[in-house]
Amino acid sequence: MIPAGEVLGTWIAVGLTLMMFSFIYKDNPAFKFGEHLYLGISVGYYVNIQYWSTIYPLVFQAMKQQHNYWVLIPTILGIFILLRIIPSMSWLSRMAFALYIGGFAGYSLPLIVHSLLLPQLSQTLQPYSGGPGPVINQIIILVAVFSTLIYFFFSLEHRRTVGMISRLGIVFIMVSFGASFGYTVMARISLLIGRFQYIIESGHIMFPWTRS
Amino acid sequence: MIFLKRQLPIIIAFVAGIMMWIRYYIPSEVSTNLVDGYLEWVRIIVGFAAILGILSLLQHHMLKIRMKRPGFAFSYVTIAAFIMMTAAGFLPFAFPGFAEKNMETGSLFNWLYEYTFIPMQATMFSVLAFFIASAAFRAFRARSMEATLLLVAAIIMMVGRVPIGDLISNATPAFMIGQNEYHLIDFEEWTGWLLNVPNAAAKRGILLGVYLSQIAISIRIIFGIERTYMGGGD
Repeated sequence: MIPAGEVLGTWIAVGLTLMMFSFIYKDNPAFKFGEHLYLGISVGYYVNIQYWSTIYPLVFQAMKQQHNYWVLIPTILGIFILLRIIPSMSWLSRMAFALYIGGFAGYSLPLIVHSLLLPQLSQTLQPYSGGPGPVINQIIILVAVFSTLIYFFFSLEHRRTVGMISRLGIVFIMVSFGASFGYTVMARISLLIGRFQYIIESGHIMFPWTRS
Repeated sequence: MIFLKRQLPIIIAFVAGIMMWIRYYIPSEVSTNLVDGYLEWVRIIVGFAAILGILSLLQHHMLKIRMKRPGFAFSYVTIAAFIMMTAAGFLPFAFPGFAEKNMETGSLFNWLYEYTFIPMQATMFSVLAFFIASAAFRAFRARSMEATLLLVAAIIMMVGRVPIGDLISNATPAFMIGQNEYHLIDFEEWTGWLLNVPNAAAKRGILLGVYLSQIAISIRIIFGIERTYMGGGD
């Protein structure tokens, strides 16, 4: 026996799925209804996630159980952010943004160099070993990285040698975009197949008497 | 007042930035506590920033209803759905017919998440497959060398990811290089090479530029040269 909540939920889920799919034909009231419903539901979901995973444990529980009143400082700064909707007091939000953006700039500076920039450089400048195949790939990678960087380097006019290298850069960039595009298409198609499968398989839940 | 409005935020950004930067070079318990505390504070601030975004969205829809702008009836749907989902998560008791309260499995919130949020989100993203196909039709009209490269790379990538790619590859003559068997047309091999060599290299070139820009912008923020985060006005 399938619970009534599951049957009702499946009817709603399939109905909403079809509403969203109706956009393929054209923009219509059913899609607009689904779109606005999705917006409201997702914002409500986000409010709950923010409250129960951040505000409640880090502010209320921290003050109530651990007597940590330092959290009042970011809470006040957070309230300053909300004051942005009052034009005469919106300048107060700058304090919160300054702490967040300034602190994060300092926090990320060494991390970018240490964890991102240097590893990428070291991967590009690997020793040439492992037979002809890997060596050719290493050379292609080095040439591609260099030419791509030159393509985005605008302090030099892209003429003669620089122009040729930059043209090679665009070749690699287009191959990369093509590969990413193909990859994205396949991911979306797989999601689409998933939705069709859901609709087909939901039949037995929506019409429980068809279950064998 | 000018000090509070314009100079104090720059001083806060400078002090916070320098402290968080220097602590990396002084590994100690104090430094770890500092960064943990800072990240916790940031989570709280970001939580409030999200509420600001939500308030702004609700303000927009309420204004749309008040001004009776075209399609204002749908704004009622957004507001009602928002109230329903928010209330479901905050209810201090289990909603009739549900075993649990708040966000726990078996609660009304969880039921709404499972039967409305998930299907709509998945469908919204899957619908993009159709629009991507129409974009591909326009992009793939190989009018230039660049467009041809994009087309060839994307086709290899797509065919290499589906079973028909394997079927085509297996139907072509095979040959041995060393101990490895290769096919004349080997989509799986080509897909791997495309992803790991030219694609990874071009992405690396772009990312190196991005990282250098991030370093530059971070230094500009810390030293008060970049002030766009302060917004307009006084």
